[in-house]
Amino acid sequence: MKRFRSRRRGGAHAEFEQSEARLIANLAAQVAELLGGDVTAADSDDPLAGLVGLEGPGQPPDDPVLHRLLPDAYRDDDEGASDFRRFTERGLRDAKSHNAQVLIQSLIAGGMSEPVAADDTDDDADAAPAQPEVEVELDAEGVQAWLRALTDIRLALATRLGIEQDDEQRWTTLPDDDPQSYVHDIYDWLGYVQETLVHAID
Amino acid sequence: MAAPTPTEVEPTKTEQPESEETVQLDAPWVTLVWNDPVNLMSYVSYVFRSYFGYSKSKADKLMLQVHHEGRAVVSTGTREEMERDVEAMHGYGLWATLQKADV
Repeated sequence: MKRFRSRRRGGAHAEFEQSEARLIANLAAQVAELLGGDVTAADSDDPLAGLVGLEGPGQPPDDPVLHRLLPDAYRDDDEGASDFRRFTERGLRDAKSHNAQVLIQSLIAGGMSEPVAADDTDDDADAAPAQPEVEVELDAEGVQAWLRALTDIRLALATRLGIEQDDEQRWTTLPDDDPQSYVHDIYDWLGYVQETLVHAID
Repeated sequence: MAAPTPTEVEPTKTEQPESEETVQLDAPWVTLVWNDPVNLMSYVSYVFRSYFGYSKSKADKLMLQVHHEGRAVVSTGTREEMERDVEAMHGYGLWATLQKADV
């Protein structure tokens, strides 16, 4: 990857290897898929409820990743938290899914070589070494979508890994062949990608 | 200024910078942002500047307060305003809650 650099009018540009682009797109697709399901109000009898956002779920999601992406707005007020969730969760899920889709689309527009599905196993990531790099060109809106989508992906990975404050030693002492070590490397790298994007627009 | 109402109003999605520099005496609610091990310090400061319209020094100070003290009050206002801010923070991926200001 070549780090993000600023463009005019709040835009940014970066280059990714094909395998890097597919990795990010794959993770974004998984986050979008996670956010797209499990909305209890989807079963509502009122067809307008979804449109006006009046009936999101009142209970927090069971999945700890979803709970981190959609946290409780009140710490000591279950009713307040439940009401807030009903009125905001659907919109937040839609916005986060949209950000992930914008990220994927910008990778495709930049020349990512194959379509992405959430269950894409990335088998042949290294099979076509001659493919050009993916050129990601973002306008100001795209920058916002990337910042948020990268955050959501990192929050999701960190929740699954159980990352805690100042636990760097735990990860550096894992054996290289530990799958968690590989995922943590991806998490770290995405932090680097995001850091360069913040600095590019700042 | 909107008075607190018993019925909820759907918070509108707003990304406009809002200046919360002035203390509102009739605004007893606060938005808290909590420390988490994931969000980048640069990003958190950026969010405080771009969403709240805070200066770099104020945003950095709040970010460091979150980092070192575990949380910081990032805005003050009516309950409806704070729900809007919390929703926006969740949109950015920050861990935010609202509560009545300590008297």
